[in-house]
Amino acid sequence: MEEFDVIVVGGGITGAGTARDCALRGLKVLLIERDDIATGATGRNHGLLHSGARYAVTDRESASECISENMILKKVARHCVDDTSGLFITLPEDDLEYQDTFVKACLAAGIKAEVIDPKEAMRMEPSVNPDIIGAVRVPDGCVDPFRLCSANMMDAKLHGAKVALRSEVVGFIKEGDTVKGVKVLDRSTNQVSEYHAQVVVNAAGIWGHHIASLAGVNIGMFPAKGALLIFAHRVNGMVINRCRKPANADILVPGDTVCVIGTTSTRVPYEECDNMRVTPEEVSLLLSEGAKLAPCLQNTRILRGYAGVRPLVSADNDPSGRNISRGIVCLDHETRDGIKGLISITGGKLMTYRLMAEIATDTVCRKLGVDAVCETAKKPLPGSEGGGLEEIAKKIWEFPTMAQKASVGRIGASAVHLDFDDDKGGVVCECEEVTVAEVDAAIEHLEVNDLVDLRRRTRVGMGTCQGELCACRAAGRLAKANGCAAKAREDLKSFMRERWKGMYPVAWGETLRESSYTQWVYSEVLGLNED
Amino acid sequence: MQEKNVSFNNFEQCIKCTICTAYCPVVAVNPSYPGPKQAGPDGERLRLKNKFFFDENLKYCMNCKRCEVACPSGVKIADLIHSARRRFAREIPDLRDRVLANTDFMGKFARPFAPVVNSVVASKPVKAFMDVMMDIDRERTFPKYQGKGFIRWFKKEAADSQAAYSKQIAFFHGCSTEFQHPEVGKSFVQVMNAVGFGVNLIDEECCGVAMISNGLWNQARRHAEHNTKVFRKAVGEGLPIVGVSSTCVFTMRDEYPDVLDVDNSDVRDSITMVEKFLFEKVDSGEVKLVFKEDYRARIAYHCPCHNEKLGWGIFTKALVGMIPGVSLTVLDSNCCGMAGTYGFKKENYKYSQEIGRPLFEQIKSLAPDFVCCECETCKWQIEMSTGYTVLNPIVILADALDLEATAAANS
Repeated sequence: MEEFDVIVVGGGITGAGTARDCALRGLKVLLIERDDIATGATGRNHGLLHSGARYAVTDRESASECISENMILKKVARHCVDDTSGLFITLPEDDLEYQDTFVKACLAAGIKAEVIDPKEAMRMEPSVNPDIIGAVRVPDGCVDPFRLCSANMMDAKLHGAKVALRSEVVGFIKEGDTVKGVKVLDRSTNQVSEYHAQVVVNAAGIWGHHIASLAGVNIGMFPAKGALLIFAHRVNGMVINRCRKPANADILVPGDTVCVIGTTSTRVPYEECDNMRVTPEEVSLLLSEGAKLAPCLQNTRILRGYAGVRPLVSADNDPSGRNISRGIVCLDHETRDGIKGLISITGGKLMTYRLMAEIATDTVCRKLGVDAVCETAKKPLPGSEGGGLEEIAKKIWEFPTMAQKASVGRIGASAVHLDFDDDKGGVVCECEEVTVAEVDAAIEHLEVNDLVDLRRRTRVGMGTCQGELCACRAAGRLAKANGCAAKAREDLKSFMRERWKGMYPVAWGETLRESSYTQWVYSEVLGLNED
Repeated sequence: MQEKNVSFNNFEQCIKCTICTAYCPVVAVNPSYPGPKQAGPDGERLRLKNKFFFDENLKYCMNCKRCEVACPSGVKIADLIHSARRRFAREIPDLRDRVLANTDFMGKFARPFAPVVNSVVASKPVKAFMDVMMDIDRERTFPKYQGKGFIRWFKKEAADSQAAYSKQIAFFHGCSTEFQHPEVGKSFVQVMNAVGFGVNLIDEECCGVAMISNGLWNQARRHAEHNTKVFRKAVGEGLPIVGVSSTCVFTMRDEYPDVLDVDNSDVRDSITMVEKFLFEKVDSGEVKLVFKEDYRARIAYHCPCHNEKLGWGIFTKALVGMIPGVSLTVLDSNCCGMAGTYGFKKENYKYSQEIGRPLFEQIKSLAPDFVCCECETCKWQIEMSTGYTVLNPIVILADALDLEATAAANS
């Protein structure tokens, strides 16, 4: 039985960020995740690097947090961030006077908001609705949540943290009113183990409700489902928002090779959080509202639909839920509920994960009596130490191939560690240009158990073909690494099913045609029929 | 919901079947070239993310369009590659590329000194010099410039009599007819006159295909705009535009809108190849052909890649096949490897020959009397690499037709 200073529950961005912060401050850390990193809300959002402008009018505090974190992440998470800049557009049906209110609120929150001529906006972003009557430019961008999460986990490990994925907290070890550790079910072996620590941090997102209840604490979460659509390529170079009070489907974010429209917002029962599906009504709403931002969305191929659950929580101890905040909530259950050794960090956003981790770690340190300063606002994540894409690539190769460039685009300066010998420059995923070298490195260093894990870390299977060409190759690399073909074969089946789940709500046109071809390849050519 | 998916050059229609890469002649011989699927629809998604992902190796695409012919999804793969080069390529065309691209300027420049230029560029020391200094491969044989061009002949011998014909067409002769192969133009005028059409020359400029392949985009676009304007005027006067080089015709119909963003939708359908034009007239009974009784030839037909893209090789096959006494073999579909100026370049010469090898071997094993082909640069490559003569179909027709009897039948 191992002793830790702190156990962090939840492998989303908050958990990974907290584990890293704790590890950087010299604590002995265990990170526990029931599934894989970024499986909850972390991996199911826009990937928007908020400037804070969206919240400027309605929530000044969130807006200020966003712009400050925005500037920090552009430095410390450079390889996860694309500094695209963003537009807030006013359409003829919107109130142009709101633009003034909006700009004033942005400036007051410290967000650089610049009113530009609609014609200039169309020149900067040709996909934008040509009917716009107003445009404001703000420092929005995009961020890859999988990459960000994986870099935090990796750095935590580099600083001594232990990571236990596919491990579910099934209970707490308590002595009276004091939490002393957790009981954990290892999902691969079905064994329950006990881990001890002086402090447990509940960073399980919406599932934190359940974790807290295991300790006899009620947090009172209010799950809100948000659905999004992924289009097959970037139609926009800049983030496009509507300049009005936040509403449905009013943000179009370019992210990596795709763009994402979202979101909707629907209260859902807590019991359904594990099984979110995008409905036809949501798809229509997203498409029709999205086309108001960029009319070409109406004709652009859609790759997938997905939905996440926001971990909203009442800001104070009001269990009625009247006072729901999207701000950061850090609950010390000792003062709140009389349970010692347990804190919950929740609310917040992907955008403010680092600040959430800092707040949580400060609380942990206070409880442990450790006097260590937070370094995460200054210390770059692994991969972000180099310069820009070109600079990094130039340092490694004289004439980089497109796939090598694509690796730099994903893992930044860490590409220097990739081994391209023995034909490892060959491509596994052709849509996203992921090489054997990058896949093997992920399998070796990034806690990959199956193809879905691999996808989160490398983008294998995230391109237009949705696994048609790459899944079988990637399964081959996994089989080789694990010495087991039978497991890889089962894994391949479930991966293709998982891909289809996201395509199903938008399965028409080219997406349907391609998925039929994929099905034919896998069932008839590769003989992967379901019995 | 969504009526259809539209994307730039249809790149989202790609379902990654990879048949384009299987059909690409370059990828089979040159490992530096990423292949049409990666260079085209796959690369486009990355390039939209950041121009950093542009790959200079796209220059190895010879724009043969075989990928587009093979694609079952209608993706304009080569157009994607060339518009990517247009938008992102950093390598600036050098002197060699400019010399090769400006086929019309070089023709005009060389013509007054044709005998000298021809023998100078054929001499070993000059070839060695061009090889070292300009990266033009020393093994390459240059097409010979003719001292007297087609236009001069036309004005002197044919122009005055054209108005007498009741039906009229506009002739796009192309650079090679003017500078290297005036016999193609002469044959064209003879045949068209015999079937009752008067020939009009128009204020044409080089179609610009060599400028596209050599990265001289602005110049190519100027040519495209000029030619399209000239065509618009001709079409307005009721004249169809008839050409003899499949590459020129293909470029003016498809590359102008797809690669150079020049809208030619109002004239595109009026631009045609002489073989298609004639076949349709014969097929409808409007035109009658009377052939010489004693014409005998064993002909091998090589359909140029750009004519395959047009889908018009069938008209040449049908037309040449009408000649009694001709035994016609259609060669297997292969690229000759020349691709305009591509095969002149030192860095491509070896690949150019490797690509063409199956074609050369088939021609040699058939040992025809001559080869029939609508493209002048295929002609240069095949003649250099096999020793067999290559004739434009219109030259064959002019030779096989009883021109007087044909004229009588069509009067």
